[in-house]
Amino acid sequence: MVTGLPVLLSVPVAAAQAPDFAREIAPILARNCSGCHGAAQQMSGLRLDDGVAALRGGYSGAVIVPGNASGSALMARVTSQKENFRMPPAGPRLDEAAVAKLRAWIDAGAVWPASAAKAGGAKGSNHWAFQPVRKPAVPAMGAEWGRNPIDAFVLAKLAEAGLKPSGEAPRAVQLRRVTLDLTGLPPTPEETAAFLADSSPGAYQRVVDRLLRSPHYGERWARHWLDLARYADSDGFEKDQPRPWAWRYRQWLIEALNRGQSFDQFTIDQIAGDLLPNATLDQRIATGFHRNTLLNREAGVARAEDRFEILVNRANTIATTWLGLTAGCAQCHDHKYDPITQRDYYSLMAVMNRTIDDEIDAPVEGEFGPWLRTQADFLAKRREILNKHRIPELEAEWEVKMRQAILNPGKDVEWDFAVTACRAMLDNADKLLLMDRDRRPERLARRITAQFLSSAGPDIPRDKEKQDRVKKARGELTELEGAFPRLSQAMVVQDDPTVPPAYIAIRGDYKRQGLTVEPLPPAFLPAMKTTGEPARLAFARWLVARENPLTARVIMNRVWQEMFGRGLVRTSEDFGTQGERPSHPELLDWLAAEFMDGGWSLKEMQKLMVMSAAYRQSSAARPDAAAKDADNALLARQSRLRLAAENIRDSALAASGLLSRTVGGRSIYPPQPAGVAELGYGSRKWVESAGAERYRRGLYVHFQRTTPHPQLMNFDAPDSTLACSRRRNSNTPLQALNLLNDPVFFEAAQALAVRVLRESPAGFAPRLNRAFALTVARPPSARESERMARLFDQQLGILAGDAGAVPQLMPVEVEGVARVEAAAWAALCRVLLNLDEFITRE
Amino acid sequence: MNVRQYLELTNRRRFLGRVAGGIGAMALGDLLAADTNPLAARKGHFTGKAKSVIFMFMEGGPSQMDLFDPKPGLQKWHGQALPDSFTRDLKLAFIKPSAAVLASPRVFKPHGQSGTQFSDFIPHTASCADDICLVRSMSTEAFNHHPGQLLLFTGSTQIGRPTMGAWTVYGLGSESSNLPGFAVLTSGAGTSGGATNFSSGFLPSTFQGTPLRGSGDPILYLANPPGVSGLTQRAGLDALRDLNEEHHAAVGDMEIASRMASYELAYRMQSAGPELADFSGESRETLDLYGVNDETSRPFATNCLLARRMVERGVRFILLMHASWDDHVQLNRKLKRNCDITDRPTAALLKDLKRRGLLDSTLVVWGGEFGRTPMQEVRNTQEADNAGRDHHPNAYSMWLAGGGIKGGQVIGKTDDLGFNVVEDPMTVHDLQATILNQLGFDHTRLTYRHMGRDFRLTDVHGEVVRKMIA
Repeated sequence: MVTGLPVLLSVPVAAAQAPDFAREIAPILARNCSGCHGAAQQMSGLRLDDGVAALRGGYSGAVIVPGNASGSALMARVTSQKENFRMPPAGPRLDEAAVAKLRAWIDAGAVWPASAAKAGGAKGSNHWAFQPVRKPAVPAMGAEWGRNPIDAFVLAKLAEAGLKPSGEAPRAVQLRRVTLDLTGLPPTPEETAAFLADSSPGAYQRVVDRLLRSPHYGERWARHWLDLARYADSDGFEKDQPRPWAWRYRQWLIEALNRGQSFDQFTIDQIAGDLLPNATLDQRIATGFHRNTLLNREAGVARAEDRFEILVNRANTIATTWLGLTAGCAQCHDHKYDPITQRDYYSLMAVMNRTIDDEIDAPVEGEFGPWLRTQADFLAKRREILNKHRIPELEAEWEVKMRQAILNPGKDVEWDFAVTACRAMLDNADKLLLMDRDRRPERLARRITAQFLSSAGPDIPRDKEKQDRVKKARGELTELEGAFPRLSQAMVVQDDPTVPPAYIAIRGDYKRQGLTVEPLPPAFLPAMKTTGEPARLAFARWLVARENPLTARVIMNRVWQEMFGRGLVRTSEDFGTQGERPSHPELLDWLAAEFMDGGWSLKEMQKLMVMSAAYRQSSAARPDAAAKDADNALLARQSRLRLAAENIRDSALAASGLLSRTVGGRSIYPPQPAGVAELGYGSRKWVESAGAERYRRGLYVHFQRTTPHPQLMNFDAPDSTLACSRRRNSNTPLQALNLLNDPVFFEAAQALAVRVLRESPAGFAPRLNRAFALTVARPPSARESERMARLFDQQLGILAGDAGAVPQLMPVEVEGVARVEAAAWAALCRVLLNLDEFITRE
Repeated sequence: MNVRQYLELTNRRRFLGRVAGGIGAMALGDLLAADTNPLAARKGHFTGKAKSVIFMFMEGGPSQMDLFDPKPGLQKWHGQALPDSFTRDLKLAFIKPSAAVLASPRVFKPHGQSGTQFSDFIPHTASCADDICLVRSMSTEAFNHHPGQLLLFTGSTQIGRPTMGAWTVYGLGSESSNLPGFAVLTSGAGTSGGATNFSSGFLPSTFQGTPLRGSGDPILYLANPPGVSGLTQRAGLDALRDLNEEHHAAVGDMEIASRMASYELAYRMQSAGPELADFSGESRETLDLYGVNDETSRPFATNCLLARRMVERGVRFILLMHASWDDHVQLNRKLKRNCDITDRPTAALLKDLKRRGLLDSTLVVWGGEFGRTPMQEVRNTQEADNAGRDHHPNAYSMWLAGGGIKGGQVIGKTDDLGFNVVEDPMTVHDLQATILNQLGFDHTRLTYRHMGRDFRLTDVHGEVVRKMIA
């Protein structure tokens, strides 16, 4: 064991002159060093009050080399003339006598008597979130209020503050609330009518069960998870290349949530699904979670640096998503407030270190058969095209030149540039190009051919005949690929044992390699079981181990946040000492324990929450409670929540009847103003989706990282850089302009008018009723009806003097309705789609 | 208080008075309190000289040794590789350190009282020499575009942090109540950074830059949809307000009152936006000064004039981007083209601000994310005049004017070959610290707590460059 180490390391040289450790050396270290390198803190990972730790050194490596004082960093530091480098950094420098003693002690073997060793090990923490999850007893609850154990905890806290809960929200509000929260869509008027007509016991529960079975449930909760997964449809950074297959991960996610996959398996699949024995296709696709990191394909980028940043991003994402830790600070130094050290941080990063990116065939239903039947034909035709244009010989010449430039850079500027450009676009370019041609798998060979055809080096453009051949082959291949069935692809990770071990990057600088580290969870948390499985898989199992105090709490808190508008821990991204403490610690623990003990079922826990009386309360203001609890942390009422960006779009499309309810699939390109996409590099064009694609839900909108769709950004969608644990809720004039004037919302207003006129009996009142039912799931009040009637009359008056506006407001004829009246309805519907209530979950 | 401000204030009161009946006295008080409007004008840590910033971002990295930093020393090495001792540790994007040196064919002359040297490609800018503080000693950490742009605007090379404009309106709010506080104007091509150059990062989205366009809607979604006349819009908004007010009375959520205020502001923007872009009140002389009617410079000139008009209307931070100056090849042709587009309008903006008494309170910053190498880059050895320059982070030039910056001076010096800074080095974080200082901020105290720590524009770096300040 390590306790024997100091003895082994000590070399008995010139023992007669060696200073006595306890009497002469220990006091120097204690007086000058232990403040920063002692029991309380170990800056740069160095501890000088304990023999084992001291001889092990800090993050940069050993500082004491027994027998060699002049080769010891400790001596260089204490004797340096350089400010900021010399130790100790403040106060008087060591006097000559002290320096001489240290030198003599190290030269004599740096004997550190075992009796002087302190107990090592990680520092513990008594912070609440790092303590084991126990299941508290449910408080007693009277009969007057409450439906399940959640309410008992809530009521107990309210009673402590002398507050009473609010009454139940109107039933229509309850239905709209739970429908929006579980599916992200508003209820249809028919669903509302059916619910209001069903006064039998269990009516609400039946609605909840129906919603949890809805395929739209997966869409709603996938969007939440995509915020954490920092999902986007492009690389980010300058080139910001689209990722045509990013959606395949999203598709898996929606399906996994819809089928109610247990959260522990859901976690394992995403972290390390590829490492499971006999991993299924789904399990491999799930690892696409890691692939949502940004990638800088700018040609001059140092690949090693970008790779480092990717690993940093992956470590931070895991820490935020599962552990509720703001680990990012520890990239450069030990966390100032939380017990997470730099070593912990890089150990976490090491979990992701041995991964390489790959693309795999990931057919969705119906793709495989047609592909299989036509593949032989496709490959034959492909070969035919390549041979016809004698591409293999051109490619071979190109490869020779490329290899020369890779192996002997600086000889030919043109080929140097070709290599740089190729590295940026072709992942693992050097490896692929230097691989023996005959040993290259077909898949990789095709990737190289594609790269050659898109960027054929400096020589070919100068030879018109060759240039034509390349151009023709490229065109014909594109056409061929379009004509044959293809398999969807998935971006995944897999292990690569050849990757060198991870190391601590000194001050977060990837070029400054410190100690190597093993893939391990933070040392202040329960240890990971070493099962002989690959580290990433063992780590995934550790994340969802019963003794992990964080994951279940963090996840339950976030689900709660989505249902109540704020988490029990308001800072849902930070469960560390700088985060806020839970408003209801027992409730949080009870939920976490129930979640784990009940088999990690998200749907079960969500059901429990939405069935609670606390959830079903009215959200109207409570002036009596506001004085004691301004933020409504104690839940004397529900909260009004503005809908998420995507769900605002969904609601407008759903109300107007335009919504396409197809679940899953590729990303879509709804209209966006000209000039937005062009703001980015290469002024990429945004080609609008046609047909039903145009009307799909907001979570399918293509997210181009450097030029995201303005409607998403106006309504606080995250920028998909880092895991986003809670969205903000801003309220800006740009949102108003967006809802008023965006063609998508204007078209929805027009369609809503047409729908109302077609579906409702004639007459102002029934039509207005229908319009209200479709938008806010309730009938208008008398005053609202009166006000809208006045608007209707005003509008008819305005249009009477502006006949040209009529066909613009209402581009279609509606049978049995005067065009001008229909146009006035479009204007009314536009108002309804802008109501605060319409974009709010009450 | 001028007439315009008076009218705005009374309009605001009228609006608030109208909704007051529905929301009650307490709510009205809240609405009037500055802190309910995140863009309300407020003071920095101290009173800064600059009230507005126009950041003229020349995307891609203009060549300093062909515009601002004459290097006759390059002649001696022209066409040859430099000794290893010069190029050791040099980080380059495309070329190798052994690439041949490219001397500048440009002619430099001293200008103004100060005698600052500028190249013959930018005679108009040179005519403002005595207002310009030229920094020849800039350096940056990043040698690729997007990281360089992120570092310049957010203080970090990674995506996700707030940009300089967002920090500014977060700190100071805006003097304009009907235009965005942080406006973005673009010309030329798209930029590497795209929207990340004006993102609010983890600050509330209220503080993000709003792109204004020279054509189409000046602001996204500003124009009413077809068929929606001014009357229809107003009638609809009145009904919307009444219905929202009705609902507010029922549920008592202040967010509804804020939303009503947002809609009224949006409505005011609908008239302020087109008014901003309407140049009919500008004199012929002014239009010609900028070159608004010149085919070559029109888009950039239009943006410069818009920038001045925004400053007059109280817009706090204007990011005026022109892309791209990334002249890896054909430097002589491409650099001339960009100078032809931008030189006259840039000088016009300075002169126009000055004669209107606005330059003292408007900080103008001009520059790119890095400079260009003393060595050449050639991608086609068979094309005549194919040579360009690669990215150079170690030493490059930027300039500032107005906003309390002392004009007619040069800060810093580079070595004879323009490789490295040898005097008064200035980093991107120093530039940021100085800009914030001119706006009235101690850059170390303008912070925002996020993910467990306080962030600031200058990260953990930056020193105010006192020499630059008048």
